[in-house]
Amino acid sequence: MTLLIMFYMAAFVAVASTAAVIFSKNPVYSVIYLIISLFAVAMVFYTLGAPFLAMAEIIIYAGAIMVLFLFVVMMLNLGQKRVDEDLQPPSGKALILPLAFTAVLALLTILALAGAVPTPHAVATSTNSLGKALFDKHFLGVKLAAFILLVGSIGGMHLGRAASTPDTKETHI
Amino acid sequence: MFPANEALVLSTILFSLGVIAFIVRRNLLYTLMSVEIMLNAAGLAFVAGSAIHGQPDGQVFFMFILPVAAAEVAIGLALALLIFKRCKTLDLWAIARIKEE
Repeated sequence: MTLLIMFYMAAFVAVASTAAVIFSKNPVYSVIYLIISLFAVAMVFYTLGAPFLAMAEIIIYAGAIMVLFLFVVMMLNLGQKRVDEDLQPPSGKALILPLAFTAVLALLTILALAGAVPTPHAVATSTNSLGKALFDKHFLGVKLAAFILLVGSIGGMHLGRAASTPDTKETHI
Repeated sequence: MFPANEALVLSTILFSLGVIAFIVRRNLLYTLMSVEIMLNAAGLAFVAGSAIHGQPDGQVFFMFILPVAAAEVAIGLALALLIFKRCKTLDLWAIARIKEE
């Protein structure tokens, strides 16, 4: 029952912050709302009995992919108007919603750490069986994922080098 | 035991929000972000299916969605940088007009 309440709170935060991603004007705020949404989905993963995937979601999705996004967003918006806006301290109104969402997630995390909610354990989907399925039954998929990452890094490096040369007119991509 | 059916509903809602963002926003960065939202919703559906059936395969497939999303973001953001350098904008309609000229 407490697990269900936890799920509904996390689901509400996920939907609300994803809606805020769509309707916020500033792309930086959108990326930060998306990070909050990913945290909420990680909490949903925890209530579904997948604690390892919750950690993977936070570390890889929110920690690596979204920070790359934030980096590019901040690099692209280089107009003087945008720089002037960024030098302003964020207004109090813009901080209310993210802080409220983060407070809900922090409350859930504290409750889970304090043992107030039962830890969702299922024998069939424990981290142990996940690792066994990943590296035994689906090992070909692990190799294919490695190829995808290789292709992604080579492609990103190639396109990034073309973007950083002075005249891109000559490099026809 | 697990709120798996509710999680399926949640993944549907998140995917619809991603589609809405894909259609409504004209900025290229928002398009990439909405693709992220949709991939994440699909992964949530996989994990919910794993909880319903008690099998770890759905969670394994979420582990495969992670590198796909990482590679997509790396290449998509590099392309966005190229387009911004060439067109000086990320507005998709303006980019389409530049291509027509």
